[in-house]
Amino acid sequence: MCVGVPSKVIKLEENRALVNVMGSKIYVGILFVPEVKINDYVLIHAGQAMTIINEEFARESIEEWRRIIDGQHGTLF
Amino acid sequence: MDSMAPFSDPVLSQQSAEAVIQLAKQYIQMHGRKPVFMEVCGSHTMALAKTGVKTRLKEYVQLIAGPGCPVCVTDQRTIDSMISLSNGRGIILCTFGDMMRVPGSRHSLLEAKTKGKDIRVVYSPLDSIRIAEQNPDKEIIFLGIGFETTIPLLAAAIKEAEQRGLTNFSIWMTTKLVEPVLRVLLDAGEIHLDGFLLPGHVSVVLGKESYSFLTEEYRMPGVISGFEPVQLLSSIYKLLQLCIENKAKIINDYPYAVSESGNGAAKSLMKKYLKPGDEDWRGIGTIPNSGLVLKDNYQDFDAKKKFKITIASPRKTKCRCGEVIRGLTVPEECILFNKACTPANPIGPCMVSAEGTCAAHYHYMREE
Ligand code: SF4
Ligand code: SF4
Repeated sequence: MCVGVPSKVIKLEENRALVNVMGSKIYVGILFVPEVKINDYVLIHAGQAMTIINEEFARESIEEWRRIIDGQHGTLF
Repeated sequence: MDSMAPFSDPVLSQQSAEAVIQLAKQYIQMHGRKPVFMEVCGSHTMALAKTGVKTRLKEYVQLIAGPGCPVCVTDQRTIDSMISLSNGRGIILCTFGDMMRVPGSRHSLLEAKTKGKDIRVVYSPLDSIRIAEQNPDKEIIFLGIGFETTIPLLAAAIKEAEQRGLTNFSIWMTTKLVEPVLRVLLDAGEIHLDGFLLPGHVSVVLGKESYSFLTEEYRMPGVISGFEPVQLLSSIYKLLQLCIENKAKIINDYPYAVSESGNGAAKSLMKKYLKPGDEDWRGIGTIPNSGLVLKDNYQDFDAKKKFKITIASPRKTKCRCGEVIRGLTVPEECILFNKACTPANPIGPCMVSAEGTCAAHYHYMREE
């Protein structure tokens, strides 16, 4: 039921934001992420942005995981 | 999104699965058995089945689906009450789509709708506020089911209704909290568990710190996980590491969405409007303070107070959802699975919900 879809914020209004969710543009509430900025990525649940995704962390995680794999299996990439 | 794409990269997923298997073999050698992990969240259950991760790891890691899908854990009596609400005159019932096909004792909301009841599927609880404004002569009831991910949205709807001075809007609250049900499962000791794959979305609201009871009181490790294959495998890998090192720790493996203390705005909104209340869980029974209900000063928005519903005890079926939810059995062991009970004709909610364990097994794990 709680499908969190990552979407990019393209326009900000007073208490809502226009976001791009996989190509379609919809308005979502920003009650829970008052600090949101244009170009941020947010996770949407039932019409509200629930959190801002930290892209840097996301990138780090994937890098960390690549390192784990590299450690186990040599250089596969 | 660039930085998210690699999480579903097939090559990386394959290699991740290999890494997990190597580590699991080490665990099996140490303990003479497979590690047993529970994924609490229904979205994880679906993702693990859909992406093939569960089947791939089958020989090495036992993954048990937990009580994390709000539709599946909704008690039959509650479902019957919600359906009978639609019988009232001048009522518009609003609900998330997931609820429409859940079978009540006699029929589902979908069947009630085809019989002419005014039942509307909305995307957000706030949509039902709009419907209330447009229909001042009708009573609008929102079926408020959900875990901590959804509860802040219900509180937001109450706030909005209050601000707009609506008197024809209420919520039938039947919300569920993660901590009390995990405590009940652990206290019952019916299943042996080595660790938890903790729900990513619930944790967005609650934050990592909300799981400290697992380590402090139960010495149980847990890893907060995202939903893509690489994220799931990464979290299982870290959980295995904790088990091998015998460390009862919580790791936040979804740090780009989940913070230490969660979403403050969402938490304070819940605190303002809601208080703990007893909830009935399918197959588990009443768990004290396992849900949130409206505080006394917001009773006007409480559909349970506004509309008195009495219903008979539900008819018994052979559905084993209760045991599936508690992790005691797998769908294949239910005699109705894939026979009388299919997604097209579900007997129990575990087959209806997009995140239900029975539906996940039906769609992605059946051996033809
Ligand atoms: S996202 Fe939340 S409500 Fe949805 S299945 Fe997972 S834990 Fe349950
Ligand atoms: S297969 Fe159907 S009847 Fe059996 S436990 Fe699952 S939902 Fe219930």
